[in-house]
Amino acid sequence: MSIGSIARRTFLIGSAAIAGGVAFGVWRYRTPYDNPLENQLAEGEVTLTPYIKVDADGVTIITPRTELGQGTTTTLAALVAEEMDLDLAKVRTDHGPPSPAYYNGVVSAEGMPVAATDTGFMARTARGAGDVVGKFMGLHITGGSTSIPDAFEKMRQAGAAARLVMIRAAAERESVVAGSLWTELGHVVGPNDLRIAYEDLAADAATFDIPSDVELKSRANWRYLGQSQPRLDMVPKITGTAPFGIDIRLPDMLFATVRSNPAQGAGALNYDATAAQDVKGVVKIVPLKTGAGVLADTTWTAFRAAELIEFDWAPSPYPETSEDMATALAASFTDEARDSRFRDDGDVESGSETSTLIEAEYRVPFLAHAPLEPMNATAWLRDGKLDIWAGTQVPTYVVDVAKDLTGLSQNAITLHTTIAGGSFGRRLEFDFIAQTVELAMEADGRPVKMTWTREEDFSHDYPRPMGMARMKGRVADGQIESFDGAFAYPSVVASQVSRLGLTVPGPDVAIVAGGWDQPFSIPNYRMTGHRAPEVAPVSSWRSVGASGNGFFHDCFLDELIHAAGLDPMEERIRLCWHEPSRKVLEAVAEMSNWGSPLPEGSGRGVGFCLSFGVPCAQVVEVTQTERGLRLDRGFAAADVGTALDPQNIDAQLSGGMIFGLGHAMNCQLTYTEGGAPDQTNFPDYPAMRFDQCPKVETRILENGDTIKGIGEPGVPPAAPALANAIFAATGQRLREMPFDKFVDFA
Amino acid sequence: MRIVVNGADHDVDVDPEMPLLWVLRDVLGITGPKFGCGIAYCGACTVHIDAQPVRSCSLQIQDVDGPITTIEGLGSSDALHPVQEAWQEHQVAQCGYCQAGQIMTAAAFLAEVADPTDEDIDAAMGNNLCRCGTYPRIRAAVKTAAQKMRDA
Repeated sequence: MSIGSIARRTFLIGSAAIAGGVAFGVWRYRTPYDNPLENQLAEGEVTLTPYIKVDADGVTIITPRTELGQGTTTTLAALVAEEMDLDLAKVRTDHGPPSPAYYNGVVSAEGMPVAATDTGFMARTARGAGDVVGKFMGLHITGGSTSIPDAFEKMRQAGAAARLVMIRAAAERESVVAGSLWTELGHVVGPNDLRIAYEDLAADAATFDIPSDVELKSRANWRYLGQSQPRLDMVPKITGTAPFGIDIRLPDMLFATVRSNPAQGAGALNYDATAAQDVKGVVKIVPLKTGAGVLADTTWTAFRAAELIEFDWAPSPYPETSEDMATALAASFTDEARDSRFRDDGDVESGSETSTLIEAEYRVPFLAHAPLEPMNATAWLRDGKLDIWAGTQVPTYVVDVAKDLTGLSQNAITLHTTIAGGSFGRRLEFDFIAQTVELAMEADGRPVKMTWTREEDFSHDYPRPMGMARMKGRVADGQIESFDGAFAYPSVVASQVSRLGLTVPGPDVAIVAGGWDQPFSIPNYRMTGHRAPEVAPVSSWRSVGASGNGFFHDCFLDELIHAAGLDPMEERIRLCWHEPSRKVLEAVAEMSNWGSPLPEGSGRGVGFCLSFGVPCAQVVEVTQTERGLRLDRGFAAADVGTALDPQNIDAQLSGGMIFGLGHAMNCQLTYTEGGAPDQTNFPDYPAMRFDQCPKVETRILENGDTIKGIGEPGVPPAAPALANAIFAATGQRLREMPFDKFVDFA
Repeated sequence: MRIVVNGADHDVDVDPEMPLLWVLRDVLGITGPKFGCGIAYCGACTVHIDAQPVRSCSLQIQDVDGPITTIEGLGSSDALHPVQEAWQEHQVAQCGYCQAGQIMTAAAFLAEVADPTDEDIDAAMGNNLCRCGTYPRIRAAVKTAAQKMRDA
């Protein structure tokens, strides 16, 4: 089935899921997908569930969420190792093949207009429907901070079931009752010094039916989960041996690069590659839909030759300048362009007589993902077979795209999903992989490794969209009386699925995420989303809609609190009705010693955002110096419900905060001519530098009722915490990112 | 041209203007040094030449005038360099793509400054980019590594 028909059908299911409940196809929902490992076992290998492969050297755990830096490989492996009773330090891991068996049941629930704080029947039904949609679609996807919540039951179940069949196999072999046996780190053990390694039992164990519902260990008995584990990829990453996609090396491999029209969405009318062709080491120039590629003897040769190609680019179908794009956004605050109004409490229109009206406009710019490993992929087409190596978050889509390009059947295509040097959402797109397949089709059976220059990366990102918010609020008698927020963005979801040839019905929750769903009791409280035209192709950037809305909502809340003459921390805590959210605020208040005096010229700001189900509060302290504002300290508290690996959660939470701060300080993509961004490399887009980075202290809370992922929720509160701190230190209210347009940073 | 990488001699027949990074990665298959920006800004390609940190993406092979050490030559999983040990203790890496450059920069710096202040560390590490935000752990690991190297 093509992507189109699957996705078209299931997106319809997605939009109908709430109205229709989960009554459809229960029998099919309960039927497991085939284990994709069964088709590709090597001699001596055995598989027990799609997550476990055993050979003479031990156990390999399939960790099907792509390792982008977020540490998911180690925690996913720990889920299986915990229940299967394995030595975690000794297991091998593999991303596994693209397969609907690795469907993500949580990611589609994120698109539902259900607040994370809503635990009512309809909300639970909608989230359950998300899992059904995910399973029907077979969405093998990494994203949306969902890897851990999606895997928490599934992968522990897989481990527990495998352990059980190992015991049964041993019992049968030894002619003893299974109840007399237990396990110890990869062995079945029993009375009379019985000790059999899993490797020796695996072939027998595979003949038993895998039980689908096995009792899991209680938390009190966890060996790995709940405690920090050394990352399985740490030593390879610090010795230069971790196999990133860009490090693939194959026999007789060609090195390649591409140049596409720097104006997004347009191709090349014509090009002259005469000079490029003459560069020593160039093998071939290959025309592509959006430009041309160079096959050469080294990446450097390919880079140099590509620079020499003279293109006649087609004009961009999008607005050419940032100003034109902003004008299109500003024109979207209309009833016709209204996309959603998920919150409409009380009456925001009429204020009391004594109230003061406060209005403000906020803006965020386009932002590039710019992971440090540039986009790259390797493809090898020979003998009617295609192998692809790529760091991708959407393995099954990549296979579909390769099928369409080559005309090969699915069975003839093998995707090796590699680890990636960062992503921040960029590797949800597969343009660079499609280009590589096109190059491989012109490489006469030789493997091709294609690498983008950094300049190609900046001009061909699918960035976080520009966004705008118009805020109104009233304060009266030292209280916030109303808060009316309107947000306008191009739709990230519509843009992303349009590249699959699809449209999505219904509102785009991302336009208001992190704004409409915040847990505050304000009597008159309305949040409206407006869908702006697609002024550029845009995509999911770490924390998606909340990356801008967290700033809009929280900073304007700060403005209202100040206007009411209240303390920013105390009033947020007082207004917050959701206990896990209130506790993260209380935590950062305590950690930062909120209210304690600071030196002259210093200021402290709090930021809060609930995103991806995770309430996260942050405090930033800044000081005015002769060289500019210095970020002294940062504090972050987040509630993930159940914390599986505190040290990794700290890394994601502090890293997310630093990522959010750096981009708020000095990053933007601007467009002044021709539809291409002005920023071409990191000097134009530095984000946080080492010597600017504050000390960051984190605290992880577990008051939430379900387990949540932490890859993204650390980002949204960072910008408002910083802006609010700058206001506290200087009296200057920043309503537009990047902040270095208005203040200097040391 | 003859170059020495991690103690091994290599004869390379390449354009003399080819940057060292691409000789290492594409010609010799030494992929620890990474391509990040291509303009000596991010530091992911940092290697040592005569124990000095050098941005290999912007140094032509004809200008290499001493033995080269890459992350692969600094230490191995069985015999980590003290800086790598500290990186392991503090679990520094996230995506890990910048870390070879960070470690090579730190190792060269700590060989010269045994007991660095925070300002020394800022000056030495300030030009290596990390997109994941591992800077606080890098700072802590540099301090631990300095202690290890002093104690050795």
